[in-house]
Amino acid sequence: MTMTQPDVLALWKELEARVAAGDRFAGLFATRTVEGQAVTLSAHVATAGDVDTLGVTLPPGAAGYPALTPRIGAAFWYERVIHDQFGLVPEGHPRLAPLIRPGYPLPRHVEGYGVFTIPHGPVRSGIMESIEYLVETPGEAIPHLNMRVFYKHRGVESRFTGLTLSDGVLLAERTEGIASVAHALAFCHAAERVAGCEVSPAAGLVRVLHAELERIANHLDVAVRLADAAGLAVATARMALHKERVMRLVSRMCGSRFGRGVVVPGGVTALPRLSPADLRAELDKLSRPIAADAAALMATSSFLDRLRGTGPLTPARARQHGALGPIGKAAGFADDDRMARPYDAYPALGLEPGRAHSAGDAMARLRVRWEEVDSSFGLLRRAADDLLAERAADQLRVPCEPPSGRAVGWAEAPQGEVLYDVSLQEGRIAGCHPRSASFHNLVLMHEVFAGDILTDFPFIEASFGLSVAGVAL
Amino acid sequence: MSIWVLRGLRDGVVTTRWPAKPDSYADDWRGPARPLDAPDPGGLADLTDLCPTDAITVTDGTVRVDQGRCILCGRCVTERPGVFAWSQGATGPAAFTREQLIIPELPETDAAVQAARARLAMRTRALHRSVHVRHVDAGSDGSEEWEIQALLGPVYDLHRLGVFITASPRHADVLLVTGAGARGMSGPLRTTYDAMPDPKVVIATGTDAVSGGLLAGSEATTGGVGATVPVDIWLAGSPPSPFGILNALLIAVGYLTPAGRRSR
Repeated sequence: MTMTQPDVLALWKELEARVAAGDRFAGLFATRTVEGQAVTLSAHVATAGDVDTLGVTLPPGAAGYPALTPRIGAAFWYERVIHDQFGLVPEGHPRLAPLIRPGYPLPRHVEGYGVFTIPHGPVRSGIMESIEYLVETPGEAIPHLNMRVFYKHRGVESRFTGLTLSDGVLLAERTEGIASVAHALAFCHAAERVAGCEVSPAAGLVRVLHAELERIANHLDVAVRLADAAGLAVATARMALHKERVMRLVSRMCGSRFGRGVVVPGGVTALPRLSPADLRAELDKLSRPIAADAAALMATSSFLDRLRGTGPLTPARARQHGALGPIGKAAGFADDDRMARPYDAYPALGLEPGRAHSAGDAMARLRVRWEEVDSSFGLLRRAADDLLAERAADQLRVPCEPPSGRAVGWAEAPQGEVLYDVSLQEGRIAGCHPRSASFHNLVLMHEVFAGDILTDFPFIEASFGLSVAGVAL
Repeated sequence: MSIWVLRGLRDGVVTTRWPAKPDSYADDWRGPARPLDAPDPGGLADLTDLCPTDAITVTDGTVRVDQGRCILCGRCVTERPGVFAWSQGATGPAAFTREQLIIPELPETDAAVQAARARLAMRTRALHRSVHVRHVDAGSDGSEEWEIQALLGPVYDLHRLGVFITASPRHADVLLVTGAGARGMSGPLRTTYDAMPDPKVVIATGTDAVSGGLLAGSEATTGGVGATVPVDIWLAGSPPSPFGILNALLIAVGYLTPAGRRSR
C-alpha cells in the first residue's frame, strides 16, 4: 500500500539537509502509547552541543511510510526494528528482513563456483555472547558477511514501561552489562533533564571516576581478545591481569566489579570507599604497567602484522554513517560526547581531543583505545584530586522526582555514545528507548571485509569491541 | 618475542591459592542480600514493595529473601538496615535446588537438597580430575561472560584445577548457562545440551539465569534457563563473582562440598 505522507517526507528532507550540513543522524524509533492508536516516529539528530528529537505522527491505521534508509543509510537497522515491533512497512527499504525477531531463512548474497556459507554461531567457541555470523566465502576471502542478532533479544525496551525511575536505572545498568555506568548515566541524564535538576560537583566527579574506569576495563578487554587472537599467551595474560586489577579497584570503590548501584537520578549513592589519596596511589600502580605493556604490544611485529590494514572503514563511510566511539575516531570521525556535549564533571576537568587518525583499520582502532586509556588515567587523577577538595562539602544526591515529561540523555560509553529517550508520566516511565553504540556500529561490520580472509575475522570482531546485549535489546 | 618472556616474569605468581588457601578478595565479597536473624520489628511494614524483583516474602512473620532473584541493588539493605544485610563471601549462593536459594531455608528444603546432591554426586563420580566446560549465553547482559572469561586469566587460572573450556559440546561435561533465557536462544541451548554426552551437569550462572532477574516478566524471555534445560547447580549473583563461578564449578563436579571442604 503506497501512501503519500507529506509530513513524513518533509521530516526526512529536513533530516537529510541537517545531516548534509554537519549534524549526525543518531537514531530512529517508533512509539505507540495506546494499542490501536497512531504510531509516532522519532528521530534523533546530534548537533553541536545537543541532541534534537524530531517527530512525526503517522495517520491512524497506516500500514507503512516512505523509508528513510534510501536517504540516510544509517537508518538501515533502525527501520528493520520498527518493522519488527509494529509491522509497519518502510516503503523502499532495501532489505526488510527481521532483525530482533527470529525467523528468516539463510540469506545468500554471493553466487559463484564453490561459494558456500559458514554459519558461525549463535553458540560459538570460547566465552562469547550469542550472535550468528553467516560468512559467505569461496574458501578464504569473505565477499559477504551476514549477521543475525535476534537470538539475545530480551525485550528490554518494553520492560522499562511502568517502572519507577529508581527501578529504571537498575534495568539501564543491565541493558549492556559491560557498559553499566554509561547506560546508567545516559538514563539519569534524561531523567535529570526532565526534572531540570543539576547534580552536585562531587557527584559529577564520582560519576566520572566510574565511567573512566569502565572505559579502561573495556579497552583492556579488547586488548585481551586481540592478543588472544594473535596467540600471544603472555600478552593475553598480562592484559587480563590488568583488567582484573581495574575491576578489583572498582569493586573496592563501590562493591560491584561493574560499578553498579553508584549512579542514580540526581547524583550518586555514595562516595568511593577509597579515599582520594588511596585512589591516586592505586591509579599510579595501575597506569605505569599498563602503559609499559601496551607499548610492548605495539612493538610486537607479529601482532601488528595482523592488525595493519585489517577491517578498514573508510573515513567517508565513517562520516556518512556517523560511526561512534573508537571505530569512528580511528576513521577520522570523532564525535565524543564528553567533548562535544559534555556532562557531569567533564567540562570542569577538561578533556583534550585525541590525535587524528584516518586509517580506519584494526590497528588504528587499537591505537585510539590506548590513547583513550591514557587520557582516562589523566581524567581519573584530576577527578581524584578535585574530589579531595570537594569532599564532604557537597550533597551527593539532589531530589530528582519529575512527574511528567520527555527528554534525551547521553553518555560516552567505551563503545561510543549511548542515547536514552525517556518519557515519564506521573512519576513512572511511559516509554524508554535506549540506543547503544553497539547497535549503531555493528551494522558497519558488513562493510569492512575488503580483502580480508577468514583468519582475520577474530581480529575484526575484537577490534570493534561491541556487546551483543546492547544490539538486540 | 623475548620481551614477553621477561614481562611474564615481572609480577611473579599472581594466581590465587583458593580453594587450598583462603583468599581475602573472595572472603570480603559482597553477596546477595539476606534477612537478619533477629529483624527489627519496626522495619517490617510494606516489605514486599521494596524489592524490584520481588525477592522478599513475608510468611507468618518470617522474612525471607530469594537470593535467586536478588540483583544486588542493595535497596533493602540501605532502606531497612534493621532487617536486611549483605551476605559475605563470594562462594555463598550456589545451590542444589532452586528452593535452597531462599534464605532462611524453607522447612522441606533440606531433604530435597540432600537428595539432589546425592543424585548429582552419583552422576559426576566418573569425571575424576579432568572436567571440560562449555558455555552458552542465553540472553545475558554481557557481564557474566566477562566473569567467566576472567577464570581463564592468570589470577584465577581454571586450568590449575583440571578444568578446561571446550569449544565442542561433544567434549563437554559441564554446561555453564548465562542469561535470562531469551526465547531466541531456547533452541540453540537445547541443541547444545542434547549434544553433550552423559553424564552432564548444568549450572545456571547468575541471577538472570536462575530467575530472569529484572527481565523475568519480559515476554521475550522464559524467566531463567530452567524452563529449557534441567539445572543442577543454581548460582545467584548479578553477575556472580569469578570466585562464585569457580566455586559452583567445583561443587558441581564434587571437588568441593558446599561447606567449602575438599571432598576428594
